[in-house]
Amino acid sequence: MASFYELTAYELHSMLQNGDITAEELIYSLFDRIQKTETKIKAYITLLKENAINQARLLDKKLRNSNFFGILAGIPIAIKDNICTKNIRTTCSSKMLDNYVPPYNATVIERILAEGGIIIGKTNMDEFAMGTTTESSYYQITHNPWSLEHVPGGSSGGSAAAVAADETILALGSDTGGSIRCPASFCNMTGIKVSYGSISRYGLISYACSLEQIGPLTKDVRDCALLLNVLVGRDPYDSTTLNRPKIDFLATLDEDIKGLRIGIPKEFMGTGTAEAVSKAVWNAVHLLESFGVTYDEISIPLIDYAVPCYYIIAMSEASSNLARYDGIRYGYRVEKDEGEWNEIFAEDRLAFGPEVRRRIMLGTYALSAGYYDMYYLKALKVRTLLRNQFEAQFKSYDIILGPTMPTTPFKIGEMISDPLAMYRTDIDTVAANVTGLPAISIPCGFSDGLPIGLQLIGNSLQEELLLRVAYKFQQETDYHKKKPPIGG
Amino acid sequence: MGTAVEKDNMFSDSDEVLIGLEIHVQLTKLKTKLFCGCATDYRGKEPNTYVCPICLGLPGTLPVVNKKAIDFAIMVGLALECEIPLKTFFYRKNYYYPDMPKNYQISQYNKAGGVPIGLGGHVTIEINKQKKTINLTRIQLEEDPGRLTYLGSITSSDYTLVDYNRAGITLLEIVTEPDLRSPREARLFLQKLRSIIEHLGVADGSLEGSMRCDANISIRGGNRVEVKNISSFKAVQKALQFELIRQRRQKADGVKTVMETRHWDDEKGITISLRTKEEEHDYRYFPEPDLVPIEITPDWIEKIRSQMPELPDARRERFIRDYQIPPYDAGVLTSSKALADFFENCIKLYNHPKIISNWIMSDLLRHLNDLNIEINESTVTPEQFVNMLKYIDTGTISRRSAKKVLWDMIREGKPPEQIIQEDGHQRIGDENVIRQFVDEIFKEYPQAVQDAIKDDKAINFLSGQVMRKTRGTADPKITYQLIKEKIDLLRKKAN
Repeated sequence: MASFYELTAYELHSMLQNGDITAEELIYSLFDRIQKTETKIKAYITLLKENAINQARLLDKKLRNSNFFGILAGIPIAIKDNICTKNIRTTCSSKMLDNYVPPYNATVIERILAEGGIIIGKTNMDEFAMGTTTESSYYQITHNPWSLEHVPGGSSGGSAAAVAADETILALGSDTGGSIRCPASFCNMTGIKVSYGSISRYGLISYACSLEQIGPLTKDVRDCALLLNVLVGRDPYDSTTLNRPKIDFLATLDEDIKGLRIGIPKEFMGTGTAEAVSKAVWNAVHLLESFGVTYDEISIPLIDYAVPCYYIIAMSEASSNLARYDGIRYGYRVEKDEGEWNEIFAEDRLAFGPEVRRRIMLGTYALSAGYYDMYYLKALKVRTLLRNQFEAQFKSYDIILGPTMPTTPFKIGEMISDPLAMYRTDIDTVAANVTGLPAISIPCGFSDGLPIGLQLIGNSLQEELLLRVAYKFQQETDYHKKKPPIGG
Repeated sequence: MGTAVEKDNMFSDSDEVLIGLEIHVQLTKLKTKLFCGCATDYRGKEPNTYVCPICLGLPGTLPVVNKKAIDFAIMVGLALECEIPLKTFFYRKNYYYPDMPKNYQISQYNKAGGVPIGLGGHVTIEINKQKKTINLTRIQLEEDPGRLTYLGSITSSDYTLVDYNRAGITLLEIVTEPDLRSPREARLFLQKLRSIIEHLGVADGSLEGSMRCDANISIRGGNRVEVKNISSFKAVQKALQFELIRQRRQKADGVKTVMETRHWDDEKGITISLRTKEEEHDYRYFPEPDLVPIEITPDWIEKIRSQMPELPDARRERFIRDYQIPPYDAGVLTSSKALADFFENCIKLYNHPKIISNWIMSDLLRHLNDLNIEINESTVTPEQFVNMLKYIDTGTISRRSAKKVLWDMIREGKPPEQIIQEDGHQRIGDENVIRQFVDEIFKEYPQAVQDAIKDDKAINFLSGQVMRKTRGTADPKITYQLIKEKIDLLRKKAN
């Protein structure tokens, strides 16, 4: 039988409920695993072993003595380090917030705790979620469990690598321009970015508020649905959340997908797409076809402008969101007692790494008088037009399909010195953020032992449909069940 | 600043003066801040205790709009006859300053697609008995920053203390067109605006720093200067007068006024250059992505309209109609809600509106002005004021000593009974007592007595001296009569 840590949350849920395993046993099993593999992977910035064990013991007692059985009771979960956890350091992988301990929990954390989930650690990421490789972290480089010389993707690289290496059962990431789906693709995981406004951002340290959503990184679609049951819902603390009716995402997974229509934009399969990736995607399409799904090759021309549109909006918002880090109230502060505050602000802000500084400067520029119309306003217009083009396609198609990433994982160091090349690799993911549409990434093959991800984009609020198609795909394939060769 | 006021007319310059104001009104009657649940009664409280992760702008926190603030803003908009757009947006105004927890302020904006809560609108003032309309550009909601405290002056302080208790308090910014033509008009406008806002019950302007003002002022054809840091309505006229003289002098000297932002130093009574146009901030406004646009339905607007209390202009008309007082007096009485309330509360206790009005207009307001306080800052209650009037009716005190009693009531905060007892203001009605005073005066002023024998008019002088000696407590009628009798007797003797 598989070790506990290799199982899914869904499987463990019934085992915990039946008393086949205790929460404490599960936690110990996971921390044994972490001890063996973490030195190679470096997925975590903060591990909360003692906390987790105490919480597991309390929970075991509660499970024995009451009727409580939350959806996540006893299930370990890793949290990306840009999601605020009360009394637990939350760094955004930045020197700026190295010493920052939030006095409150993000709404998603409250929801997870209310369902009995156990937070085992905070995961590594690109600094302030700005990156595609997790290499811009102030702390460490996270290694892809499938090949230690490769990046895990980003910016939620720590979360994806932790799930892939069986160092957690579930993980939370955040997705501003692909930051859940890219590492899901690179680490052979399942990850979803929900429709904008479906999951509360309260407590998610903002990079670009109008684009990002928190979401699950899991071993399979069923766990993804399970976690969404906890996360999705209106939050009075986040005005941008929608009033969606309560949905049981697990309930409809089994429903038939026959007769669904899929559109494949040629812009997602352009020249930058590696041959192995496009081959794996086409194989996936043909498999779906065998389930009674039809497809057409289509064109959504503005996808070609999605990357510049995304970066202008993201950087503009970031330049404002990150203005609060001046070292006055919290965070990094220069050892200097005298001077004008502008000097002190400026020196404090040297704690940002190069990628963050680059984005703040470009965003500041894009919002400046004389450039606002040319860049930011134009990007907003492109955003509306792109959304219109997607909506037009959803009149004919249920799902838009393509690769998640144009290539398999990059080698560590390959991209870090060429930001433009790195930005271009977001070509397939950013459209979903710019339009606010839901998108899921699931494993669909390997090339030279490195994973390939398939992306499904749905119409607004159509997460159930995405999950159903992805679930059917995983019923008929075993890519997602493959374990990386890291031993341990 | 007395010198500046006097010198206002030094240059008999007929140049037209253009003044526009940006007024920041704290909606102090809101129980919670604009974007979080923190309480708003922060005044006098321990610094940084009225704060939460949201108003401190801690990483990850998000604003949620206080719906009551929208209600209040709509109400002000209706009272000022603004257009209330059916959709309103919040924008971010980006700039670095230590009083701003996020280093941006959530505000509204009326360019680049931004629509504030109220557009246009106007306020009517009365100047030299003429009605004049001051047009508004817009009204908008925004969050107040924290408060910076220096050790002494801003330039010499070794450090700056920051108190975020004020951060996130709801501000309503009211922007006028450059329709004001003198510092005095600016003051009258602000007085009227404050009265309207207080009548609506959305703010208490007497709270320190709850109504602040920036002013744009220029002489037609010259450059515009923005004066910031005018922390009370009282200081507005002074600051504008100073600035106007400065600009007129420059013009007389052939110096071009620089387009700049100047800081009003209330203590020194001068404006100081803060920055020139080239150094102006680029605020990089953009739509606040953490908030959704607010849809304001016609039903919502009508609901607010139906709850609107009586406004100063309507109250003024009612005063004229119901209390039969002159329009000018009614205007003065409704120039402040507290004063109008005081007046009407007095009437409830003593149904003689005209007498009350006269006493307020001629005495009460003069004393308050001397002390530079407002009616609700003094301890005089309608009960005390009315009791004083009743003591005149019963003959306990004379009208003349009543004036002195009122002065002491305002200055010393004592009830009239106490003052009358302690200071012997009790009226002297005993002829024998008064006769002694009359005899003394006749000895002291023999020449005046001679004059009075020739002409009755001089009796008034003698009676005045008796009143002075008795500190106004002698019954004037009896006094006059006794003097007249004595003079008549002397006339007989002389004949």
